[in-house]
Amino acid sequence: MSSNSDVALRVQNVSKAYRIAHNATRATTLAEALVHRIKRPLQPPTYETFWALQDLSLEIKQGSVAGVIGRNGAGKSTFLKILSRITEPTSGKIELFGRIGSLLEVGTGFHPELTGRENIYLNGQILGMRKREVDRQFDAIVDFAGVEKFLDTPVKRYSSGMYVRLAFAVAAHLSSEILLVDEVLAVGDAEFQKKCLGKMGDVARSGRTVLFVSHNMSAVSTLCTEALVLHKGRTAFHGATQAAIAHYNEAGYNTHGSTWEREPDRKSSALVVQAVTATLKGEQPNHTLAVSVRLESRTAHKPAFMSIDVLDASGAGVAQAIPTLDRFIKDTPRAHDLEVEIDLPALIPGRYMLTLWVGSHNTEMLDFVQEIVAFEIEQSPTPGRTFPHNPMHGYVVPSSRVTVLDADLAVPAIR
Amino acid sequence: MTASSPVAPKPLLTIEPRPGWVPLNLREIWQFRDLLFSLAGRDIRLRYRQTALGVSWVVLQPLIAGGLFSLVFGILAKMPSGDLPYFVLSYTGVLAYNVFSNTLNKAGICLVGNAQLVSKVYFPRMVLPLSTALSTLLDFAVGLIVLAILMGVYHTHIHLGAGLLLAPVMIAIILLMALGAGLWASALTVSYRDVQYVLPVLLQFVMYATPAGYKLSVVKDAAKHHPHLFTLYMLNPLSSVIEAFRWACLGEGELHWGWITYSAACALVLMLLGSIAFRRMERRFADVI
Repeated sequence: MSSNSDVALRVQNVSKAYRIAHNATRATTLAEALVHRIKRPLQPPTYETFWALQDLSLEIKQGSVAGVIGRNGAGKSTFLKILSRITEPTSGKIELFGRIGSLLEVGTGFHPELTGRENIYLNGQILGMRKREVDRQFDAIVDFAGVEKFLDTPVKRYSSGMYVRLAFAVAAHLSSEILLVDEVLAVGDAEFQKKCLGKMGDVARSGRTVLFVSHNMSAVSTLCTEALVLHKGRTAFHGATQAAIAHYNEAGYNTHGSTWEREPDRKSSALVVQAVTATLKGEQPNHTLAVSVRLESRTAHKPAFMSIDVLDASGAGVAQAIPTLDRFIKDTPRAHDLEVEIDLPALIPGRYMLTLWVGSHNTEMLDFVQEIVAFEIEQSPTPGRTFPHNPMHGYVVPSSRVTVLDADLAVPAIR
Repeated sequence: MTASSPVAPKPLLTIEPRPGWVPLNLREIWQFRDLLFSLAGRDIRLRYRQTALGVSWVVLQPLIAGGLFSLVFGILAKMPSGDLPYFVLSYTGVLAYNVFSNTLNKAGICLVGNAQLVSKVYFPRMVLPLSTALSTLLDFAVGLIVLAILMGVYHTHIHLGAGLLLAPVMIAIILLMALGAGLWASALTVSYRDVQYVLPVLLQFVMYATPAGYKLSVVKDAAKHHPHLFTLYMLNPLSSVIEAFRWACLGEGELHWGWITYSAACALVLMLLGSIAFRRMERRFADVI
């Protein structure tokens, strides 16, 4: 067999540019557009070009499970959106040697008022199945999701777990040769996550190809046969999974605290996290983390509050700090500079990352930036400890004491 | 065996930027025909969930509109209605007009209303506006049952003939016009939400500018001394076909073959231009919506 014939997809010099109109020239109503044209008939609107992907080239072989990893804004989602034909590349070419099925966000196309049965059909057809195909797969889908009893219940009455299970089940039973998966495993319980991983393994073993975008390094390392690291829209690394993860973990960070600034982007959110700097202060076991945050209110929004998650190097949560539940970020169209101090628990040595969230309610997110800055703990919180810590035993070393009480042996004397 | 170099397989699909005009790709829409019906089904199922009167709204809406017209035009303005009660006349007109306004209204917001889908999943986007026509047709079919009952009750006054065969043709022309305009409206709404506010107002206006609630002869009489006013009225491509639909069902009204041909041509041109414009704007939907 030629090396050519088992390629599943070939990406050649693909770039994607977004034009960002400057605030003054951005028109969302006809009137604004007209007024602008009338006021400045000769001045063309000024745009800034933002390259979400730049000159991406790669080949994925059939039957491989390729992980796509990268920081926020590295171009992962744009890449998947182009692959699934939601948006067009600005230049370059992608050749697909098989039907492509995408699972970009679980439950897209689910309608809360429709029953499980109705949603299976509708969603299957949205994803490109014919009605006959859904008929054929129906039992397998229901069985995988485990929702037999609730088939005729509107999905708005489903628990979030059931909802996700059903949505994943529909997409996983697509008869496509190439499956795109984006962060599905972030939801659902551990058992179902395992089931999803298993299903994706089956898909790969049957000779089909999976592209898996995730922040979850342990899922990537158990599942993927190769991985692609994207950095600022370019390929930073493409090769064996472990090497890629190592590359990912090291790229772009200083050791003590680091700074992150938002790239110009097309985020339409009303309140965005613009810049973050984290500095580690103090000595073990009384470290504090000083986090300076710049937020920008771009348009009207509800008052908001924020949370800061501390994650381990693989992206698993370690602790979450919520300085206050008051909605202290007011809706004033300007920047807000915040200084957050976090009293860190006694953490074992290693690299940790921060994820920031701002929202007006726990279910109303305004912005969410994942794994943007890192800090490194070098010393053990236990003075004098020389042997290494293992994350298997957890990340936090609680202070503990022991008291030895002298007592008589309660065991009867040996006869 | 000849020494042959392995032939590179042809890719199933190539993704490239497509500058300029984009072919319609009707074959792909055909592949997604099941989705067309499912979306229409979803629309119908959802519309009357959690309403007290349920599906009866399909009939009640044109009944009420027809009733209002017979009150205002028939009783207050004393417009003529031939041998039939005014209500039968206005109901029939409204039924035909609703095919236009319901399709256009629903098509106009279908992309924005399904923004989640458009920005997350690929499917031929044209399926969305096209599916609105199907759900309108079902509403229309239910409305026809009431019309059939009315026709039965007043059968002594109605001279049915082969002319009835014209009714589906007229509905097809109306539907084509609505879809053509709807494709345009839906694509424009993605960039400019103004369209969704302008559309209902415009449709309200157009309703009075078509012989939905009154007979064409009323306009003809009023414009007796100003023939271009009548021409202007007939330039609205809906005018001749709505009147013709009523003629086909009730035997009341006039047929203007010239104007009907004009309307059919308008419908075809609108549909063609609408779908070409839609395809051209389509590539930006996911980025802008």
